Amino acid sequence: MNRTKFKPKSRVREFLGEKLIAINALAALVAIVLIFAFIFKEAIPIFTDQEIQQEASVDKMTFKQEFYEGRDPKWSWQPNSEAPKYSILPLVIGSLKAALVAMLFAIPLGIGAAIFSAEFASRRLREIIKPAIEMLAGIPSVVLGFFALIIMATVLQNMFGFLFRLNAITAGIALGLAVIPIIFTVAEDAMTSVPSSLRDAGLALGANHWQVSLTVVLPAALPGIAAGVVLGFGRAIGETMIVLMASGNAAIISGSLTDSIRTISASIAAELAEVVFGSAHYSVLFFLGSLLFVFTFFINLGGDLAVRNLKQRLQGRLS
Amino acid sequence: MKKIIICGLLLILAVGLVIAGTTITIKGSDTLVRLGQRWAEEYMKHNPDVVIQISGGGSGTGIAALLNGTTDICEASRDMKDKEYKLAEEKGIKPYRVSVALDGIAVFFNKANPVEKLSFAQLKGIYTGAITNWKEVGGKNARIILYGRENNSGTYAFFKKKVLNKEDYNEYTQTLPGTAAVVNAVSLDKNGIGYGGLAWAKGVKFAGVMANDTTEAVLPSVETVSNGTYPISRELYWFFNGKPTGELKKLVNWALSKEGQKIAEEIDYVPLSKEGALANTVE
Repeated sequence: MNRTKFKPKSRVREFLGEKLIAINALAALVAIVLIFAFIFKEAIPIFTDQEIQQEASVDKMTFKQEFYEGRDPKWSWQPNSEAPKYSILPLVIGSLKAALVAMLFAIPLGIGAAIFSAEFASRRLREIIKPAIEMLAGIPSVVLGFFALIIMATVLQNMFGFLFRLNAITAGIALGLAVIPIIFTVAEDAMTSVPSSLRDAGLALGANHWQVSLTVVLPAALPGIAAGVVLGFGRAIGETMIVLMASGNAAIISGSLTDSIRTISASIAAELAEVVFGSAHYSVLFFLGSLLFVFTFFINLGGDLAVRNLKQRLQGRLS
Repeated sequence: MKKIIICGLLLILAVGLVIAGTTITIKGSDTLVRLGQRWAEEYMKHNPDVVIQISGGGSGTGIAALLNGTTDICEASRDMKDKEYKLAEEKGIKPYRVSVALDGIAVFFNKANPVEKLSFAQLKGIYTGAITNWKEVGGKNARIILYGRENNSGTYAFFKKKVLNKEDYNEYTQTLPGTAAVVNAVSLDKNGIGYGGLAWAKGVKFAGVMANDTTEAVLPSVETVSNGTYPISRELYWFFNGKPTGELKKLVNWALSKEGQKIAEEIDYVPLSKEGALANTVE
């Protein structure tokens, strides 16, 4: 570059361009803040409005209630009842069950595929595998949900003899299909970006391909892999359409993964269109939305801190 | 060049026609959406300057849309609740109700299920969770797997009011989006039971329903619903904001006419009786 050709005009352009980009970044931030301010605001009546608290206070949503005199107290989600019941515990358990199964299914497959693609596959094979798995992420979740509802549920029921056709395992596996590409992509990128000097050093010391992959490359890529898992978990908790279609949507408290579940996200999707504006049900759904946000926020934050910590430790050890 | 000009002119003409014509939006009950679609198709064939946009979402969704002024016609498989009438008043909307067809709520099993009939009391027991085994109602020794609709559905509310006597559904009821999904699930689950609009139930076995222990079991059909012997039946409504006039009035009166009601019967809805249809016609 010839410095003498630099005109002051392009400095102005540079300045404007930089500010424009900054405004774009800020706009995204403002949008996020406004969205969450709105969602939290709509949930506030649960804490302040006496009338709404009679139907749904934090206390009533979390603890067992004696809904009818003389019957055992229990948790129950029956918002469209003569006596509306808003226990959120069954929904929280449902969301966690689905995410648990999804992660158990997706972590080994996603990371396994990433190791194969980054370390063992020939260049040509890798160029087929990587886009193919990433294409999974491009399948609309409603299509995945429909597939799970019509085909997967029947196959799994015949295979394992589930009592309930739609259950946490069916929904979790379908969710897992949506999570695999996230874990795979991030983990694979992390492994391919491990410097080849590390690999060479390992090989030079007499380790074979397997040993280098598992004891050198994998640990070095661990922060990236962990980030992929955290991102995947966030998706599994928040995903709506798949669980709405494939989980059975029955708000049950039980420890069994073969029972039907009803998740937080599916409840919001199924019920929000119907609620009376400003009613207790309306506030409860927004409260659930806030809960979902806080939940994923802390998971992402925790994941981020863990990844940073891990990175520092690894760098300390490796350098 | 000439071609481009002609194309452009045609495009402008087409856009102009759409703008000049009347657009009617219909929203609401998933039970009614199929009938609404058929009516809309036929009506648009006869009246090419009218465009009818139709979508489902559930009766609750449709009523909410009517109250928010985002639809011309709301299809509903239930009457509006007191709460909703009150809200309409607050918003200055005057709901005008026309019953356009009848529907029977069929209760159905998997085809492999030997059970033939159920009484109202048994149905209530099954869906509230008091009866959990098919053995108790004359079937095999197997757990009853409950299927139902999401709680924004008019069918859900109607069944709850009429059969469960307003008690809550058992928590193990798997709720599915749409009657078609319920029918599909029961056709695949040999211990399943489900309920839904008569028009949708294909590939499953209907239960005969006894109003009480002394009456005979009646199978749901167009005939038994329209003559009132099948006990779980209801009217299907169109709600307007105020008495319909102009194109809306023409549309609803056509739907109530002999021709409109015949279309309803062709696709397995239950037509209104002649007197009923005449009485509902908007003057």
